Amino acid sequence: MTNVADTAPASGQVQPPARTSIRGLIAQTEIDLRLFGMLLALGVILLTFNILSGGKFFQPTNMVTLAVQASGVAVIATGMVLVIVSRNIDLSVGSLVGVIAMTYALLMTDWMPNILGMGPDFPFRWLIALGLGIGLGALVGGLQGFIIAYIGVPSFIVTLGGLLSIRGVVWYLSSGAARSGLDPNFQLIGGGAQGSIGGTLTWILALVGCVAIVVLLLNGRRQRRRFDFPLRPVWAEVMLGVLGCAAVVAVAAFANANLWPQGLAARIAARDNWGPTPEGGWQIPTGFPYPMVLLLGVTLVMAWLATRRRFGRYVYAYGGNPDAAELAGINTRWTILKTFVLMGILCAIAAAIASARLNGATLDVGQSYELYVIAAAVVGGTSFAGGIGSIPGAVLGAFVMQSLAYGLSFMGVNSPGQNVVAGIVLIIAVGFDTFNRRRGS
Amino acid sequence: MTVAERTPLVEMQHINVAFGGVHAVQDATIDLHAGEVIGLVGGNGAGKSTLMRVLSGAHPADSGSILIDGKPVSIKSPRDAKAYNIETIYQTLALADNVDAPANLFLGREKTTRLGSLDDSAMEAETRKVMGRLNPNFTRFKMPVKSLSGGQRQAVAIARAVYFNARIMIMDEPTAALGPAETAQVRNLVRQLKDEGIGIFLISHDIHDVFDLSDRISVMYHGEIVGTVNKDEVTTDEVLGMIILGKPPTEVTETELAALHA
Repeated sequence: MTNVADTAPASGQVQPPARTSIRGLIAQTEIDLRLFGMLLALGVILLTFNILSGGKFFQPTNMVTLAVQASGVAVIATGMVLVIVSRNIDLSVGSLVGVIAMTYALLMTDWMPNILGMGPDFPFRWLIALGLGIGLGALVGGLQGFIIAYIGVPSFIVTLGGLLSIRGVVWYLSSGAARSGLDPNFQLIGGGAQGSIGGTLTWILALVGCVAIVVLLLNGRRQRRRFDFPLRPVWAEVMLGVLGCAAVVAVAAFANANLWPQGLAARIAARDNWGPTPEGGWQIPTGFPYPMVLLLGVTLVMAWLATRRRFGRYVYAYGGNPDAAELAGINTRWTILKTFVLMGILCAIAAAIASARLNGATLDVGQSYELYVIAAAVVGGTSFAGGIGSIPGAVLGAFVMQSLAYGLSFMGVNSPGQNVVAGIVLIIAVGFDTFNRRRGS
Repeated sequence: MTVAERTPLVEMQHINVAFGGVHAVQDATIDLHAGEVIGLVGGNGAGKSTLMRVLSGAHPADSGSILIDGKPVSIKSPRDAKAYNIETIYQTLALADNVDAPANLFLGREKTTRLGSLDDSAMEAETRKVMGRLNPNFTRFKMPVKSLSGGQRQAVAIARAVYFNARIMIMDEPTAALGPAETAQVRNLVRQLKDEGIGIFLISHDIHDVFDLSDRISVMYHGEIVGTVNKDEVTTDEVLGMIILGKPPTEVTETELAALHA
């Protein structure tokens, strides 16, 4: 530092020392070890239930149902990560899902045909309803975010108030009665045999995924070369590419092994004149259900926001040190407000999945979602101290929690028993994580 | 030096800041020329940091005016201050511990691609360049700054101030957490920035640092500026007297001086 005016030497280009240990080899691939560990844990959970159930658990039907059940919570958990990372909490998500689900139901059974003059044949009714729901979510989230960020009421209090009062609004909206009978197109959002993208599209999606993995790896390498940064060893790049593509193809094949139920297939075949039933019945793969595709899209967008955009950078920096973010000239209040707007939008998407699955809305749609969502985020590595958490982690967390619940119910454990296990797993997961971090630092 | 005849780079006039009923800064007036180092000294709670936080936009003044190049300006936020090329190295360093050095260096002023996404590679490349000058041994560009040593963290904070073409730099206790070698580095840096024509406010408890580096010394006492003196015209004892007694050397009586030395 004796002469700051010197031109910069190409310093800091020191290659990491050659390592031959397994830990060193893994380090060279630069895989996120936490995420890898969670994936492993998820695999162990699924495998254990499979063995306990004598091989019945690990069937495409079960796995697809599990994924659909996890998707609503997982969608919201991606946003909860950003809220917790920026040292806030959102307890109102369950109630918000409830009120938006009821809004969808009322829109399509009552308001649209009777007030807005949009009968069952009105084009894109489902999309209009979805848009209105997302708008409502953004509005409520924005209002809560405004009170938190600009007036300075703690988020715990604001969203606790939201939890109570928004759930009350559901009751007033519906006069205490459940509503059913959604638009048939809207129902597809909830999954099921018809609410899936089908075999061909699933394979195309898998192909797109593989291409994306390869392009990302190549692009990363190109960027590093452009700035003369140390490159990952070629074997690691190839291995990541091959493993990634293999995983994508395996998941797609698994989803396509899930077939339409014979009864439904026969009914549709008769309606649409597909001809005589082939030998051994109809073999129509369902492929990925729409909720999973939605979740995939939400995860990609949220991960992109969190890691590739200024907004995400500011959320993390604020979580790490609010003063530093403020002194760096970041508009921290606006950033916090935006995290809550995002939460509202994600709640609207989750509400669409939940109400579409029910083909309507009851008073308690979304009940206790806040707890599952927070649990998913925390099991996925989000720290309540702020500044730490990842979007893919939270999605995996949602899947871990849902696999436990689904697996236990598959084994005949009742709902209170599932809750006991879920609670214990939550504490163990966080305890283990805390221990690891303390040792690591 | 003939600096007094030129338009000062910064003039802060009649600045007042109150926290509740406490007057943290009272009617403070201070100026700074290009290529000049002003040592700002005073006891704990004398108002040095608060006065500088006004200039860096961290805490707007209740009243008073700020002039840059002779023109009145309004600094209401850190963003405003940065727009006038005022960079600050805070005593706390103000680093986001959970993100890496490039993210901290560019915090609030990220480099982006044409589509508005973060250009992390470009930011890392720039960080490598500037850190190559400040701390050539620094290699942990991908680690959260939490895992860095005190000196490395200080280097990141300094790099952030140096990188963005500061004209005015505020350094709040820049050597307080450093070892002897690193302190020497920071001293060299101050001299060099001064040679480049940057005006520097240096807050320090270390009277030797201040005498070594400053051109003029401003002493604060209970929120007021006791006086600003040319370094060459005073002794360390006289400055210490100002810090402790809150009076210019000319007003200090023999008995007070005697009491001080007793």
